Amino acid sequence: MILSVASGKGGTGKTLVATSLALSLEELGPVQLLDCDVEEPNAHILLRPEIDSSEPVTVPVPVVDKEKCTYCGLCSEACAYNAIAVAGRTVLVFRELCHGCGACSYVCPEEAISGARREVGVIESGHVGEVQFAHGRLNVGEAMAGPVIRAVKKLADPKATVILDAPPGTSCPVVETIRGSDFCLLVTEPTPFGLSDLTIAVEVAREVNVPCGVVINRDGLGDEGVERYCAQEGIPVLMRIPFDRRIAEAYCRGETLAAHVPPWQRAFRELFEAATRLAVAEGVR
Amino acid sequence: MKEIVVLSGKGGTGKTTVLASFAALAENAVLCDCDVDAPNLHLLLEPQAEEAHEFYGLQVAHIDSEACNECGLCVDACRFEAIHDFQVDPLACEGCGLCARVCPLDAISMRDVLAGHWYVSRTRYGPLVHARLRAAQENSGKLVMAVRKRAREIAQETSARYILSDGPPGIGCPVISSLSGAQMALIVSEPSLSGIHDLERVLGLCRHFGVGPLVCINKHDLSAENSRRIEDHCGEVGVGVVARIPFDPDVNSAIVAGRPVVETSDGAASREIRALWGAIATCPVP
Repeated sequence: MILSVASGKGGTGKTLVATSLALSLEELGPVQLLDCDVEEPNAHILLRPEIDSSEPVTVPVPVVDKEKCTYCGLCSEACAYNAIAVAGRTVLVFRELCHGCGACSYVCPEEAISGARREVGVIESGHVGEVQFAHGRLNVGEAMAGPVIRAVKKLADPKATVILDAPPGTSCPVVETIRGSDFCLLVTEPTPFGLSDLTIAVEVAREVNVPCGVVINRDGLGDEGVERYCAQEGIPVLMRIPFDRRIAEAYCRGETLAAHVPPWQRAFRELFEAATRLAVAEGVR
Repeated sequence: MKEIVVLSGKGGTGKTTVLASFAALAENAVLCDCDVDAPNLHLLLEPQAEEAHEFYGLQVAHIDSEACNECGLCVDACRFEAIHDFQVDPLACEGCGLCARVCPLDAISMRDVLAGHWYVSRTRYGPLVHARLRAAQENSGKLVMAVRKRAREIAQETSARYILSDGPPGIGCPVISSLSGAQMALIVSEPSLSGIHDLERVLGLCRHFGVGPLVCINKHDLSAENSRRIEDHCGEVGVGVVARIPFDPDVNSAIVAGRPVVETSDGAASREIRALWGAIATCPVP
């Protein structure tokens, strides 16, 4: 079972839900938490895992052999990302724009372009108690999260319950994270901002064919819009976390909901069971 | 003309609340929502759309199954593992076009994809340039560039004093597109351990792109200890902390009411945001 936790809007409590879930499921068998928010990974702050390995994530990047290059410009024409340009007798490679597709080297008639690799981030893995943990960290200044997210997801243990903590938003990094999940929990808050971003997140989940349910965090804080929307769309609301300043303060200190509070552990186990039932009902695994 | 972008690293720290209040307080500003994935600024500004434009992102490959003889060259060439059973997965395809080049039968074409829309709208606080990327699309950075370009044109035409941009969370492609070339970044932080971690990374990004940052701490009273850590860190790296906004339920009531908080409340948060705008508006570029 792969369960992703996403949201659309940032700061709604994805990481709080993902980490609390992971800590509540320990007794049910192997659990793995993969933090796919590689731009701003935070799960380690709440889980405090022991990190025992670290691997660089590299992507291919073109290297031009100046001896062979005739400055014909075909590479520049072929590049869909404007990552390589020929100006007079200089070839400029804009490394941050390069997707590493290999088109430039394919079209080069002089075979002057070869591939090197450069580091764009790092994967760190370890464990906290029985929970396996890994996250990716995109290097500051790098634009593309995709390769780092893919590298984190490759660590998914097929024997474990895998929880994926997704980045905020509704574009490619979120798609990269939640595609292939059996179920997606969308964490939102009951405000017009939360609702607006939830509706887009639901579209994303539908686009990638992942069934979803909603967790309302800070319940009681705003208005009825989110509840009404979920009822209309037939999206189950699987958990409500009340608006409580003490929860916000505990989160500030880096505490999960589940660590020391048995009723919350039970609630998160029930959340997981509900998500599993819905995933099975959708015919996924 | 000064272009000020509000960022945070971590999501949900209060960027839009702060920026919408600046919109209400600033004289002669062009407003810009650079969070094209999950835009919220329009929810507080009641925009009336005056222009709508289509946005096309990267192309996506399409295999003509009639013409394809399943030779597999495209599958081998694709570095994004986007071709399965001689069909292109549009969500995995990054539009490089290499498969179309290697196909000996010319069975693969590259197709444009409508990835979103961008708009120029009228608001009672000035023109707003905003966008909406379609769900699950790529290339939000390029859409951010389109939005900022139009905002700059309008600012020039109208001799605006400020461009006020609401940025996306994170530090990746759309954030870089929102930040590069701006005169000032205001980082809205929160006193959580996660907030501090993310603040450090977004400050690193500002250094990387040579944009001077200022920091404000939102909900500073949720943790006095972590607020002090933020102040200490900013002190160490020479970044000014220009406001400490308290936790205030009026902020949320304003979101529910669909208005900037400085218009609906004279409470503690509202007063601090007013003072913050006073400081930002007169502050030399850091």
